[in-house]
Amino acid sequence: MGRVKVAHYLNQFFGQIGGEDKAGIPPQLKEGPSPVGQFLEKESGDRFEVVRTIICGDNYAAEHLEEVSPVVLKWVEEVQPDLFLAGPAFAAGRYGMACSVMCKTVHQKLGIPALTAMHSSNPGVDEARREIYIIETGESTLDMKRVIPRMVTVAQKILDKASIGTPQEEGYFPRGVRINVRAEKRGSKRAVEMLLKKLRGEPFETELPLPEFDKVVPAPPVTDLSNAVIALVTEGGIVPKGNPDRIEAHNASKYCKYFIGNVNDLRREEYQTAHGGYDPVYANDDPDRVLPLDAIRLLEKEGVFEKLYDYYYVTVGNVTAVASAARYGREIGELLLKDGVQGVILTST
Amino acid sequence: MVKEIERVGLPAVQICAIVPIALTVGANRIVRAVAIPHPTGNPKLERKEEVELRKSLLRTALRSLTERIQEQTVFKQEEFSSGAGKEK
Repeated sequence: MGRVKVAHYLNQFFGQIGGEDKAGIPPQLKEGPSPVGQFLEKESGDRFEVVRTIICGDNYAAEHLEEVSPVVLKWVEEVQPDLFLAGPAFAAGRYGMACSVMCKTVHQKLGIPALTAMHSSNPGVDEARREIYIIETGESTLDMKRVIPRMVTVAQKILDKASIGTPQEEGYFPRGVRINVRAEKRGSKRAVEMLLKKLRGEPFETELPLPEFDKVVPAPPVTDLSNAVIALVTEGGIVPKGNPDRIEAHNASKYCKYFIGNVNDLRREEYQTAHGGYDPVYANDDPDRVLPLDAIRLLEKEGVFEKLYDYYYVTVGNVTAVASAARYGREIGELLLKDGVQGVILTST
Repeated sequence: MVKEIERVGLPAVQICAIVPIALTVGANRIVRAVAIPHPTGNPKLERKEEVELRKSLLRTALRSLTERIQEQTVFKQEEFSSGAGKEK
């Protein structure tokens, strides 16, 4: 196979249109490569030629996935590429989700090989890792130099129908595909060896990782709303002006609790957002747009429910480790339960 | 976070703009928000209309807390449900 025509999907940042302030832009076209595309071309020894770059704002893509997919599909089909690449998206959740959905759609609808790359915390991983190859990356663009060659290597192997190594060897997320191989030792020997290692407390590698199903059984509902105490919680980083407890703009190390028993409206002079992952203009102009205190007070007055809990809990959900977020949720849930709260409304950005 | 709050036995609804992410992380009760940077607001509206929009989103969220569900459910605005199902 000679030169490979590539269509490439990027967000507004890597597409060099702008930062968070441009996250709302709809999909647009650029003939030829972006700098990331040029890097991909170079790594392939100029075998790849990025003929078209499709750029879409992170917010626009994440909020309109169903509408953006057909547009991308059409633009890809027009140039008849041999390969579709997206990202790398690193730990950016909205971007990763878009990369995965676009790759999956292009692969399924047009039969074109598609590949992307992102960090293990990215929700885009679970969206498409069974359907396509997703190369594992670090959290930030610092990892670009290591990741681009891996993307190129796996993509070339797919195109050349060469055999692709295991997820560990090639650095992609396991796809749940089983391949028969001839092992040196028979199963009973391997099992006993593994058991002995386990007994001795030595590291061992399972041959069949068990799937993790972590669904929570829905809690029983609020039976009588008009007698219920409801609490507000947000991952959107709304804090008193000046962020007195210094919640971090990303990967927050804590959650905080603030008294709102005498507050009916979050005024811009008194509250702000501390979140570093979305355009703060709208939230800073009116913090009720993220933590809807003014409206819930009105519903409380109307008697829709009995009482709003006197405090709200807040953290910043931005590249925050899943383990931290799970712990914050558990602790907040237990505290609210102890204080007699019967239902929780959580907003996230 | 919302999943862990439900785990301790409190019904909890997540209002967020990216429903697929809420489904992936395991939220049981989901209401689709307006947009990522302003989940419960819309800067294009007049102040009074915006408060009404917030109230309407919150009514849906409150309703979701009162329903007995068996699986992850996306609650739609202003549509009242009958029976179980993935969308209500």
